[in-house]
Amino acid sequence: MHSILFIVFVPLLAAIIAGLGNKALGKVQAKVITTGGLLLACALSWPIFISFLTGSAEATVVPVLKWVQSGDLAFNWELRVDTLTAVMLVVITSVSALVHLYSWGYMSEEPDQPRFFAYLSLFTFAMLMLVTANNLVQMFFGWEGVGLASYLLIGFWFRKPSAGAAAIKAFVVNRVGDLGFMLGIFGTFLVFGTVSIPAILEAAPAMHGSTIGAFGMRFDTMTVLCVLLFIGAMGKSAQLGLHTWLPDAMEGPTPVSALIHAATMVTAGVFMVCRLSPMFEVSPTAMQVVTVVGALTCFFAATVGTTQWDIKRVIAYSTCSQLGYMFFAAGSGAYGAAMFHLFTHAFFKALLFLGAGSVIHAMHHEQDMRYYGALRKKIPVTYWAMMMGTLAITGVGIVDVFGFAGFYSKDSILEAAYGSGTGVGHFAFFMGITAALLTSFYSWRLVFLTFFGKARWSQSEHIQHAVHDDHGHGHDHAHGHDDHHGHAHDDDGTAGYHPHESPIVMLLPLIILSVGAVFAGFVFNHAFVSEGTGEFWKGSLVFHEHLIHAMHAVPLWVKWAPFGVMSAGLLGAIYAYIINPGFPAKFVAVVRPLHTFFYNKWFFDELYNFLFVRPAFAIGRVLWKAGDIGFIDRFGPNGAAAVVAAGSAQARKIQSGLLNSYALWMLLGLVAAVSYVLVR
Amino acid sequence: MTGFPILSLMLAVPLIAALACLLVSAGTARMLALLATLIDLALGIVLWTQFQIDGPQWQFTERAALFSGFNYALGIDGIALLLIVLSVFLMPICIGASWNSITKRVPEYMAAFLLMETLMIGVFAAQDLFLFYILFEAGLIPMYLIIGIWGGADRIYASYKFFLYTLLGSVLMLIAMLWMVNQAGTADIPTLMQYNFPVSAQKWLWLAFFASFAVKMPMWPVHTWLPDAHVQAPTAGSVILAGVLLKMGGYGFIRFSLPMFPDASAYFAPLVWGLSMVAVVYTSLVALVQDDMKKLIAYSSVAHMAIVTVGLFAFNRMGLEGSMMVMLAHGLVSGALFLAVGVIYDRLHTREINRYGGLSINMPKYSLFFMFFTMASVGLPATANFVGEFLSLAGIYEKSSWVALVSGTGIILGAAYMLFLYRRVCFGDQKNADAAAMPDMDVREWLMMVPLAAATLWMGIYPESFIAPMRKDIATLEARLAPTAPKGDAAVTAGHAAPAEDEHGEGGHAGAAPVEHGAEHAAEGSEK
Repeated sequence: MHSILFIVFVPLLAAIIAGLGNKALGKVQAKVITTGGLLLACALSWPIFISFLTGSAEATVVPVLKWVQSGDLAFNWELRVDTLTAVMLVVITSVSALVHLYSWGYMSEEPDQPRFFAYLSLFTFAMLMLVTANNLVQMFFGWEGVGLASYLLIGFWFRKPSAGAAAIKAFVVNRVGDLGFMLGIFGTFLVFGTVSIPAILEAAPAMHGSTIGAFGMRFDTMTVLCVLLFIGAMGKSAQLGLHTWLPDAMEGPTPVSALIHAATMVTAGVFMVCRLSPMFEVSPTAMQVVTVVGALTCFFAATVGTTQWDIKRVIAYSTCSQLGYMFFAAGSGAYGAAMFHLFTHAFFKALLFLGAGSVIHAMHHEQDMRYYGALRKKIPVTYWAMMMGTLAITGVGIVDVFGFAGFYSKDSILEAAYGSGTGVGHFAFFMGITAALLTSFYSWRLVFLTFFGKARWSQSEHIQHAVHDDHGHGHDHAHGHDDHHGHAHDDDGTAGYHPHESPIVMLLPLIILSVGAVFAGFVFNHAFVSEGTGEFWKGSLVFHEHLIHAMHAVPLWVKWAPFGVMSAGLLGAIYAYIINPGFPAKFVAVVRPLHTFFYNKWFFDELYNFLFVRPAFAIGRVLWKAGDIGFIDRFGPNGAAAVVAAGSAQARKIQSGLLNSYALWMLLGLVAAVSYVLVR
Repeated sequence: MTGFPILSLMLAVPLIAALACLLVSAGTARMLALLATLIDLALGIVLWTQFQIDGPQWQFTERAALFSGFNYALGIDGIALLLIVLSVFLMPICIGASWNSITKRVPEYMAAFLLMETLMIGVFAAQDLFLFYILFEAGLIPMYLIIGIWGGADRIYASYKFFLYTLLGSVLMLIAMLWMVNQAGTADIPTLMQYNFPVSAQKWLWLAFFASFAVKMPMWPVHTWLPDAHVQAPTAGSVILAGVLLKMGGYGFIRFSLPMFPDASAYFAPLVWGLSMVAVVYTSLVALVQDDMKKLIAYSSVAHMAIVTVGLFAFNRMGLEGSMMVMLAHGLVSGALFLAVGVIYDRLHTREINRYGGLSINMPKYSLFFMFFTMASVGLPATANFVGEFLSLAGIYEKSSWVALVSGTGIILGAAYMLFLYRRVCFGDQKNADAAAMPDMDVREWLMMVPLAAATLWMGIYPESFIAPMRKDIATLEARLAPTAPKGDAAVTAGHAAPAEDEHGEGGHAGAAPVEHGAEHAAEGSEK
């Protein structure tokens, strides 16, 4: 089972070679090395996954190197492979390999390609370290490593001020979660005396009713630990409250959004909760927190997604929302369903992002959907790929017959939430159903605005630039003809621009991912969520057989509700964006305040700016000017110096240099001394 | 190698070279200084490899009675070893950093640095209380000169401030030392580390030592000398100041305050925690609004040093070892950051952040290193700082979750100010033509940065090399502190297995004895 060493470290090696080799190496070499490395890792990962699928593999741990030993706190570098890891391995390496490939085309005009590919491979390495961690600290290493790669890739186009700002925001907001994670690790070590994940999970079930003192109060031990750890998960997985970085992260190149901010890194939180599921199981309170946060995020992000114009932001909010589904599945105890949705989501969301990238590529970097339209015939492969992705995310399918990937995973989540029978479970179910309605609506809205209707390209500055550049360059010969042509096109909104389908290196990943989006649910449904799935998971996460039964026993309307809302969303989108294109504007005018609220993302950014960012700078300035300079220095060293200076000015007066003055003082002193002796 | 006075040799080499420097020309002085520091580095490596991890606590001891009970006594344990290795590692880099940027009075400058090296090694190797005091205080003089003569525009103010602050604490420490020697009848540091002073006296002694070490550290609110000193000092001066001189405060705590006054240390622990918590938040916020690169990094040093004090006063293995790791890591990383500032200061002669921008375009190699050390400073895992900060905070969490939480905000704020700095320097467009015309790092600058980066990674990935030599010493210290160490606030109570619910996949361990690990730790601590 040592192939895991290659899977994990080949991407690191590739990243180092491509990154440090940079100029000396050359673009093509850097691309070949990183992409080749990832294809190798991917090729080695699938056999591992299949061996777990067939039940022939057992969980193993491959030691690498000692890391830290300080008293009782000891942890090593080691690679754990079990079912849960195997699932993540195929997701990470497959999507990463495809994204590497796709980037050959997408980044082809970029001068700085070795750096980009090095970052991508570095990210993959860190993510693999995260999912193979056998102790909490190595997980934290991966956690921070992906954060670093994410920071570097969001800021890849570092000349853009918005990219720099988004990169910092992503890192710092994640750090808030990381503090929670870190405190969670400290607490876990305090309670269990180890940070080894298997040892913790073995000891956790015996912790019912234990209490711990923390932050001046007493709590249930496992609730404190799990909530602290979950704060970490919230940061990385962009859950409500710590989600603000994810939409801004779209400043990064689109392949990055597909790999990091959709398929892999943002799902790390879900992975963590599933990995530590025996801990969470001990604390019903923590489970409720997970469920409620997940459900609220799922709803919140879906509402925002319906109003955005930027194609990438719509998909970003969609990701945020889908992560919410995964969390409330985990919170309801259906970890298998959460992982299943993670698995299918990785394929169809990567597909949607890469498809969006293909659209953006075709539309000369225009990202605003208001300037799209009628692209169906121009970029047919992209169109069909996006269709598959949309069918998958909206969960199209017929119960017990066939469905696209999201149909199976989303249905099992909703059924599990309902079937868990708890109050928060039902709350999550209704939030999830509402979000499913909105998901269907915004996903189809995206498709209709982009591929259907009339071309609205002429209003786009990007397109105008493209067209003007074209005119300026090679078309002088047929000038008159061109002008004529241009005018004719202006009327139909194309501004004379001709979108081109992307090159084959970009289309190939789209096609492969489309296959995943169509079949991943149907093929793997049985393995992930059904009776006897315990065999598949082999204890790598908590599996409740009774929840599977409860899922099957939900009322018929619950089974069909997702289908209903999906159809409703589709019909709504058809009406609003195809049949009656004037409708959205009229509707928005009616619900103006609500739309403003959603459009501005519930004003979270403004709120955080007001509460944290501006005060931090203001307080910092006050502490510096008034605290350090105005108080400490003034009354400290400068004050002391001033006192000494004033004192010596006085003392100088005594040393007048006048002999009779000195004689007088001497006499007075002598008299005083003598009288003291006599009087005593 | 036992019996050979290697420590004395390490003291003598730079001292002789310093004297020789004064007699030769600028060019020769540079070569001589580099040679001497490299010899000391080689000796330091010998010291490290010859140090027996399982050997006696004090190794390479030398002793010569001088007069009236004053001894020339040297010897090191693992803690001192690591700090000496850090010092001799940074010195050649400092000489390299001064190679072109110092043009006036070069022989004197090199002599000051070499003298500095002798004194630094001496401080960590001294086994006699008065020898320690003399070296500790004498260390002020060359640094005072380095800032005052080769510093920036406002160097006189900065050097006086530096001198006043650090001297203030020293006076009190000297009085305390006299009293201690009188009471215990010896100035031998290893003996004093075992000596039990009366509890009431301990408190006064502790405060007297604290006055000195808190300034050196520096702890809030006696930190204001540091930003000024850094800003005015030449690059190499900043590197030594941040890299080694600040560590003398931490070394003082770990060598004197904690083992000699364990009761007082426990008594005053809340004071230290409080000051450290304030320092982390306060100086991090101040760092956020700085326009001067060096000042920003100086303030970040104060915040990092607060993590050191928090870890030291956690009274457990993790905290103590973590603090040592933070000290070593900070020595490397903040040293490297000051070098990084020096690299661009040498080109543009300004430390103002806004005069730069977009350096990733014209200085990609520089930006790579700067990014690396920025991330190390932020405490990214697999760099040196992470190990230290993680252990320190893990240590203090056992004592107080509040202190851990507030000190932990440093990792958020630290990310904010460092990345904000990086963004303004290396990201964005090249808005200043002169900054855009700067050439990338040359070979000399490479040779300075690469060892630092390699050491930072080494400490982050395989810190065992650094923890192993001090493990036994820290264990001894922990045992010494254990009887009086404050109790933690966690007090975990025992739990029980889940009420019978067979569906639980993991429910099979109902029989496992519910263990109370918190109590177990406490018991272990007192046994040692």
